Amino acid sequence: MERLTPQAIIDSFIQELGDGFFGGYVHEYEIAVKKNKFQSLWIEVKKGAFRHAVEHICRLQEHPHLAIISSSDLGAEVELIYHFTIYYGEHLQELSLGLRVKLPKSDLTIPTITDLIPGAIFTERETQEMMGVEVVGIPDKRRLFLPEDFPEGVYPWRKDEKGLPPDMLRILPGREPK
Amino acid sequence: MTVEEKKKATYTIPIGPIHPALKEPIRLALTVDGEEIVDVDIFAGQVHRGIEWLGMNRNNAIQNIYLAERICGICNICHPFAYVMAVEQAAGITPPARADYIRTITAEMERIHSHLLWAGVAAHEIGFDTIFYLAWRVREEIMDLIEYVTGNRVTKAMFQIGGVRRDITEEQFPRIRQSLDYYKSIFNQLKKVFLDDKTIQMRTRNVGILKKEDALKLLAVGPAARASGVPKDVRQDQPYAAYADLDIKAMIPDMVTGTVVGDVYDRIIVRLLEVKQSIEIIEQCLEKMPPGPILAQPKIAVLLKTLTKAEGEGIGRAEAPRGEVIHYVRMEAGRETLATWKVRAPTYVNLISVSTILKGMQIADVPITFASLDPCMSCTNRVVVTDRAVGRKSVVDYEELHRLSVEKTKELLQ
Repeated sequence: MERLTPQAIIDSFIQELGDGFFGGYVHEYEIAVKKNKFQSLWIEVKKGAFRHAVEHICRLQEHPHLAIISSSDLGAEVELIYHFTIYYGEHLQELSLGLRVKLPKSDLTIPTITDLIPGAIFTERETQEMMGVEVVGIPDKRRLFLPEDFPEGVYPWRKDEKGLPPDMLRILPGREPK
Repeated sequence: MTVEEKKKATYTIPIGPIHPALKEPIRLALTVDGEEIVDVDIFAGQVHRGIEWLGMNRNNAIQNIYLAERICGICNICHPFAYVMAVEQAAGITPPARADYIRTITAEMERIHSHLLWAGVAAHEIGFDTIFYLAWRVREEIMDLIEYVTGNRVTKAMFQIGGVRRDITEEQFPRIRQSLDYYKSIFNQLKKVFLDDKTIQMRTRNVGILKKEDALKLLAVGPAARASGVPKDVRQDQPYAAYADLDIKAMIPDMVTGTVVGDVYDRIIVRLLEVKQSIEIIEQCLEKMPPGPILAQPKIAVLLKTLTKAEGEGIGRAEAPRGEVIHYVRMEAGRETLATWKVRAPTYVNLISVSTILKGMQIADVPITFASLDPCMSCTNRVVVTDRAVGRKSVVDYEELHRLSVEKTKELLQ
């Protein structure tokens, strides 16, 4: 398969997603003595274009590697970043691709991608229990890490009223949360 | 009850509460039909310690290095490695080249000790304790070297944001080379013991096969993926630190056998080859190590101020002995703690493949197969066996499972 440069990948996303594309940039820095570049690509898409974007990544690389979904509570919205790696298998060729999508707190849903990448199941289950983002169409809805008796509606990674309440924390003197 | 319904009744054997191979907490629910495993379900989370939450709510960016080190007792270099790279990227700090080399040397020492530790555990799982003792005795040499270089056997506290905390000086080189020479001198013997032995071959060949297609779909990483023929290695694909200066090639089992099967035997080959590769990498690093400082900012107070002001995000990727470790960090200006910290350890994704690998196998093969993935639960519960035909429940503990495995070896030898 033809390998695109990071900029060409951004252009292909613009062409493919049109209005659904929100922005993209390449972050690179030099390492060690030979000054080879470490490149990471960050692309933000609208929620409606998310599935389309993942399908596009699957066209760029057959079996893209999804490392993890990271989620941040930004106040009014929750940001999910799907950390993909593409073009692996050869020296210095791989690219890290972060696919960013922001969800308003009034509608915390995201379609599943387990039909495209079956291994995404664990990280989708974790995002669901820890951040309270509902993954629509997920084949296995159970919790992954949290115990069964953990209360409903409490999401440890949230920074609003749905986060961990103080009575669930064991705070040692001098080690209060900041 | 009709005959049809009776057939579907299940037989549950919870194997646990301790991990059947590595004595770590994980629970596997195996549905069995007689001896054959037909379905596997995994329950993780018994050792979820909320480390990411602490990093986002309690600790500052520097304190988190030492917390990251304690994610896993064995991978206590690769977690801080990935973490400091992510923070450096977010805060725009470039570590000096010498620090990159020292980081690489310590990371490769960790790989040698982890692979030898695994080799011992794997031998123990099939009841071959002579090899277990041999592998762990051989491992002591690298542990001594790690102690000599870093000052400690585990939790070495070598890493700092923007560099490393201890230098490796010229005077230390002969002692390091002495250990490397020791491993080079015994490597062929180790290879013979692990690859040519009849017992090991009988218990590992064509056992626990992970096909290349499945490895790619289920996102396997590290030696588990490479043994299935996926040439995926962060050190090769997207090199970091001193790996970027070296020409590293992912180890695939066909270099020895000519074919890729993706079984337990292939995973032994990959790990053995990687021990040799690690020795070569350390030697090259010692040779090419540039002079200069080891820290971008030696004053901790100034560094902490820079980090509090930093705004941005970064990802750190490191190849741990078990596969790729990835840390995502997001920093907000004026915030002492991290805004977001997401850690992905290799076992997290390798666990997904477990059910595919175990299906169709015998219960006695569970310990060696599960151990062959080198799972690490602290990075990421127990085994329940359900029998479809009988509909009876019984508990199999670790000792029982281990006994089954040892018996199978004895039977094969007769």
